Amino acid sequence: MNGARRIVRLLRGDPRAGQVVPPSGFTARLTQFTSGAMAFLAVFAMALSFSAGHLAERWSQALARTATVRISAPEGQMEAQTIAVLEVLRTTPGVASARPMSLDEQRALLEPWFGPDLPVETLPLPRMVELTETAEGVDAEALRLRLAGEAPGAVLDDHTRWRRPLVRAADRLRGLGWLSIGLIGAAMAAMITLAANSALAANAQVIEVLRLIGARDSFIARAFVRRFTRRALEGAAIGTALAMLAVAFLPGEGDDGFLSGLGFRGWDWLWPLALPPLAAFVAFWATRFAAFRVLKGVT
Amino acid sequence: MRLKPVRGSGITRAGTKAERGVIELDNVSHSYGDGDLLSNVSLTLAPGAFHFLTGPSGAGKTTFLKICYAELLPSAGGVRLFGGDLRRMDRDQVARTRRRIGVVHQDCRFLDHLPLIDNIALPLLAAGLDPVSERDNIDELLNWVGLRARAGALPPELSGGERQRAALARAVIMAPDVILADEPTGNVDWDMSLRILQLLIELNRMGKTILIATHDLHLIRSAKPLVAARVLRIKDRQLHLAGADL
Ligand SMILES: Nc1ncnc2c1ncn2[C@@H]1O[C@H](COP(=O)(O)OP(=O)(O)OP(=O)(O)O)[C@@H](O)[C@H]1O
Ligand SMILES: [Mg+2]
Repeated sequence: MNGARRIVRLLRGDPRAGQVVPPSGFTARLTQFTSGAMAFLAVFAMALSFSAGHLAERWSQALARTATVRISAPEGQMEAQTIAVLEVLRTTPGVASARPMSLDEQRALLEPWFGPDLPVETLPLPRMVELTETAEGVDAEALRLRLAGEAPGAVLDDHTRWRRPLVRAADRLRGLGWLSIGLIGAAMAAMITLAANSALAANAQVIEVLRLIGARDSFIARAFVRRFTRRALEGAAIGTALAMLAVAFLPGEGDDGFLSGLGFRGWDWLWPLALPPLAAFVAFWATRFAAFRVLKGVT
Repeated sequence: MRLKPVRGSGITRAGTKAERGVIELDNVSHSYGDGDLLSNVSLTLAPGAFHFLTGPSGAGKTTFLKICYAELLPSAGGVRLFGGDLRRMDRDQVARTRRRIGVVHQDCRFLDHLPLIDNIALPLLAAGLDPVSERDNIDELLNWVGLRARAGALPPELSGGERQRAALARAVIMAPDVILADEPTGNVDWDMSLRILQLLIELNRMGKTILIATHDLHLIRSAKPLVAARVLRIKDRQLHLAGADL
């Protein structure tokens, strides 16, 4: 990118050209600190986004692979409908296998609620058929329609009812994470514009003298841009490094809970590395914009 | 040494059109808000000419010079610098034009955080040249204005006369075609005034166009035998050519 090359050239360029503007220790450290803090927050927002994304993926995967068909029918039709359901499932694309649950299995499912001595045989319990989906998955709506035709007592429970809101929540969380990163970037641009403006105002005399001895606007702007870009880059690098360490040492691994899953995985770790250059880019344009606006008012 | 007219000399270029001035003011009027300070002033500074500009305090000498190096855009009238119409120049062209005009400001205008030597080299840096490779020229220049020993001092640590000599050094570092000096002897004793005058006459002999604003008539008189100078006077918002009364 052209802009990136310009920034690199700027940071490497003649340091004496930067000295024409007097040093401003306090604003310098403030800019650095803010940029660092923003980068730190951005890393966490990023971690949040990635974790939410992984979570949504895991939930949809784990839950999508199995489903059950529940058959409630009068005593006499139970067998016939179960056979009909199995026949439908056998010919449904996306179904890897299907098998009716045994009474023992159903008892085991109910045990936590009713205790081990429940006389399952005597209860009018629905019959359960467990099915496993292939990787392509089952078209749940089509299957429902077919079941309604072949076995009116059969109800497909593909877990989407309670899976969907969870996945949606995780997706929303991921979106909010990226939005936060955007807002952090905008706040940083605003802050650097303010700092640059105050530096430009404090150096009005210097700018005037430079113009009078024949300096072009770009030369004067560069002295400021260079300084702020560099500070933003340094601050963001420190903030990013600290935040990445903090994320790396977050406790909890392996457990399925949301909090213990917060963090980066594999290639995710490369993403925060984009933050310092991004901060430099934001600082570059914010300062340049501020400088040229001020210079317009100087002859 | 860079005091020779080496860089983009308007003098050689003007040779094709001898009557063309390096700085031309055409019916220039200026007011800071309440009434004209200058009214319909015209002037052509010919290449290699030596002018004094005089007039009472507050007459508008500094204002006149500011118009000449484009710090001020006059309220009315045309300004041509090296043949280019000031109103048609973009900001970068103005900057490049200013590099050909060395100015000794009445208040010197240094960057107080930079040592003297860096202040003098500043126009080089701003023009994208490397001050390090010009180190010999800068040293020679410091010798010329007698400030070699003060090279590392910050501007606020200098005496008035030292500041004015340093301002002169900065004005000539780019080997400009024109030198505008606003009260260059304002803060110095008579001996130093003469030395500064000598320096400016020396520059004129190298072919530079010189315009010195001063209210010091002694200075003008002592210049007369040394250089063919014309004396302009601002009076009643007009520019007059002063005659034999000086
Ligand atoms: N920026 C400005 N705004 C308003 N008035 C100004 C400004 N600069 C100068 N003046 C006024 O214009 C008049 C001329 O000022 P100028 O500096 O040109 O005079 P001068 O001839 O150089 O005087 P001196 O010999 O004291 O240096 C003065 O009355 C001054 O107060
Ligand atoms: Mg004056």
